[in-house]
Amino acid sequence: MARSVTQNRKIINTAAAWAVGLLIFFPILWTILTSFKTEAQAISDPPVFLAFDWTLENYGVVMERSNYMRFLWNSIVIAGGSTILGIIIAVPAAWSMAFVPSKRTKDILLWMLSTKMLPAVGVLYPIYLLFIKLGLLDTKFGLTIVLMLINLPIIVWMLYTYFKEIPGEILEAARMDGASLKDEVLYVLTPMAIPGIASTLLLNVILAWNEAFWTLNLTAAKAAPLTAFIASYSSPEGLFYAKLSAASTMAIAPILILGWFSQKQLVSGLTFGAVK
Amino acid sequence: MGQIQLNQVTKSFGDVQVIPPLDLTIEDGEFTVFVGPSGCGKSTLLRLIAGLEDITSGHIAIDGTDATDVPPAKRGLAMVFQSYALYPHMSVRKNIAFPMRMAGIDQAEQNRRIDAAAKALNLTDYLDRRPGQLSGGQRQRVAIGRAIVREPAAFLFDEPLSNLDAALRVGMRLEISEMHERLKTTMIYVTHDQVEAMTMADKIVVLRAGIVEQVGSPLELYQRPGNTFVAGFIGSPKMNLIEGPEAAKHDAATIGIRPEHIDISETEGTWQGTVGVSEHLGSDTFFHIQSGLSAEPLTVRAGGERKLKYGTEVFLTPQIEHLHRFDQHGLRIA
Amino acid sequence: MATQHSRSAARLMMAPAVVLLLGWMLIPLSMTLFFSFKKYLPLRGDSMANGLEWVGFANYTRFVGSSAFWPSVQATLTIVGGVLIITVVLGVLLALLLNQPMWGQGVVRILVIAPFFVMPTVSALVWKNMFMDPTNGLLAYLWKFFGTEPIAWLSQASLPSLIMIVSWQWLPFATLILLTAIQSLDGEQLEAAEMDGAPSIKRFWFIVLPHLSRAITIVILIQTIFLLAIFAEIFVTTGGAFGTKTLSYLIFQRVLESQNVGLGSAGGVYAIILANIVAIFLMRIVGKNLDA
Repeated sequence: MARSVTQNRKIINTAAAWAVGLLIFFPILWTILTSFKTEAQAISDPPVFLAFDWTLENYGVVMERSNYMRFLWNSIVIAGGSTILGIIIAVPAAWSMAFVPSKRTKDILLWMLSTKMLPAVGVLYPIYLLFIKLGLLDTKFGLTIVLMLINLPIIVWMLYTYFKEIPGEILEAARMDGASLKDEVLYVLTPMAIPGIASTLLLNVILAWNEAFWTLNLTAAKAAPLTAFIASYSSPEGLFYAKLSAASTMAIAPILILGWFSQKQLVSGLTFGAVK
Repeated sequence: MGQIQLNQVTKSFGDVQVIPPLDLTIEDGEFTVFVGPSGCGKSTLLRLIAGLEDITSGHIAIDGTDATDVPPAKRGLAMVFQSYALYPHMSVRKNIAFPMRMAGIDQAEQNRRIDAAAKALNLTDYLDRRPGQLSGGQRQRVAIGRAIVREPAAFLFDEPLSNLDAALRVGMRLEISEMHERLKTTMIYVTHDQVEAMTMADKIVVLRAGIVEQVGSPLELYQRPGNTFVAGFIGSPKMNLIEGPEAAKHDAATIGIRPEHIDISETEGTWQGTVGVSEHLGSDTFFHIQSGLSAEPLTVRAGGERKLKYGTEVFLTPQIEHLHRFDQHGLRIA
Repeated sequence: MATQHSRSAARLMMAPAVVLLLGWMLIPLSMTLFFSFKKYLPLRGDSMANGLEWVGFANYTRFVGSSAFWPSVQATLTIVGGVLIITVVLGVLLALLLNQPMWGQGVVRILVIAPFFVMPTVSALVWKNMFMDPTNGLLAYLWKFFGTEPIAWLSQASLPSLIMIVSWQWLPFATLILLTAIQSLDGEQLEAAEMDGAPSIKRFWFIVLPHLSRAITIVILIQTIFLLAIFAEIFVTTGGAFGTKTLSYLIFQRVLESQNVGLGSAGGVYAIILANIVAIFLMRIVGKNLDA
């Protein structure tokens, strides 16, 4: 719209948007702030916003109480591993669907998405039994596979929508230029789809990082990621706001930082590639 | 070497046959143009030769060896696409190098060929740019460069100029013709523009609905069109086609006469008509003359200086020796 | 648009994904189906090795007959429906607001998206303790400040509280999709409508909203997939108490807490059927949108 908006209008918009934005962000902000308070200040009446004695004590206590680094490492391995594995499997599948479509392509895609709708609890016990049989219970490997499988439909779907944007003629040109199928996917398609693949990767790392059904039910001590780390703070004896906040901040910080640095790709990824 | 032979080639998409059995030989070193209206199957035919589509039945031979089941990468052909199909993530140099990299040609030879191609195509200053930073004409040159360095048996062009503006198109047309004279490699060129076909081809293949209507040199097609379709398609402005009693006078179902073969006079002539719109091109003038002979106005070419007012009554005389006669099936009579 | 060669390559390249998902779907599903017809109480010594007793449809009738069943279906639908309504309505409003010219749009956008990055266990814990706690929660202070009695959110208003927490998590997603969709709206269309004399409410109703319908469908589809499966939020906040036991959670309790695998599996089959009904309904809509 080439019309100039009055300055007043813009000020009102800005104020309203910032107010709403801060309101939505407030729980996170409050958690981060509380993590630097003492326990007494955390529940002081009236609540203190910024004027408190900033302390790192809570972080120390949390680190002492539970092995944060191990949980963090498990989260990184499981979320990263499942996503990368998923992408490796999904790229060829998405290539097929986007560039060699057949009458069944759409059905297969929808079927894949529909597996995502299967209620996890419905198959919890069978998976549990299989995991015991296969010795996968409480292993990073087992969890990586499960998270890869639950996110695979979304990865295929997203890559498919991104690949469809790439003109088929370029891949045909590669074929004419003597590229084998492997060369075509590796040197032409993948580099061209990097932004889309990055978005897919980011979104699925977040989904896997935050997944809290399988990670809680299939792990005990060894392979438990941050979701389990934080769930251990739900027991009443651990209920200290400042420490809870410190633990929460530590659990979400990696993703918040990742999100902050990769805003553009993430915003595109967050729409699941479904809206352009 | 680059002789291409199509033997009883057909193509169907599902139940729809887009190319009925077709035989065609393209000789080594020949510049062949496939021309026809959109949807005539000319691009499909090119893609069959390229190997980007399977033929439904028949055989394709390149240099005498059967290539029917050979994948596109192994046919030794190079293709220039309508959208140029450059790799957007690679520099111009990398784009041109890509086919050589795929063929495993050593680096020194790659550089030699890239430099030679860049020089010939005026791309030397742009080798480190990305395709996105180039103009349409430059992109077209990169696409051609990428094709040249492979030293293919034949070049395939799929409407390469249709995304360029008119002025550039004329320039590129000359460059491609120039390149053909220099390289003497077989070229197959697909276009819907009969001007491109006329100006560039050694041999024109006119296609309609997957059927070859006529094959011949540009002048053969112009002077002796085999049927009414070719007669109407080749030549600009179009040949005047007249049916009915006037055609019957010449023992034909349809007669055709090109605009330059009609003399126009304000006093006397065979046919009578009224001047409609006149188009002054400077060198020539085209008059559109409403006559009772056909529903569409007749087009007549006259000298650039000639002026006739809208609505003037005029007389037309066709040059009988240049009259084309067609039978009731639209086929040429002797 | 392809050769035989590339078609067979395509089948081959699709195979790993298809086979894996097929296995992931069929193997546990058939096991669940099998268990649902058996008496299977691992704590009382039942095991696969000893052979399980066939009980026919007993588990199915017992699951539906239990007093917890219908309330759980109701809770599930209330939560899913409530969150969908809140996120879509607020999402549209927020998207309209964020689409206006302003300073610092990028930062506001990040603030709004942030809740999506927070893992469900964390957001549930933070909301439960630091906001909804009836003595020390921030909302309790707010209530006291205005001189009213603080509410024990998660016990007195358990479902609305849960809906609020989950909505907070999913609002960013809805807003972002709808914002992207609004930005793709052709400005000339709105200007044309303005020239035709349509007031802003009517422009919204007749032009913006129809334009958003596809995006809203996608929001509903994707959110439903995730919302039917919410677990951590209930696990951490109420543990299924105070009427927040969804169908998923009920099954979870039958299988893991009371260790009745047969009964839980029958419930699982019900949940799968319910999910499939929703899936078929949604897939129809998405299938249409795929062509567009």
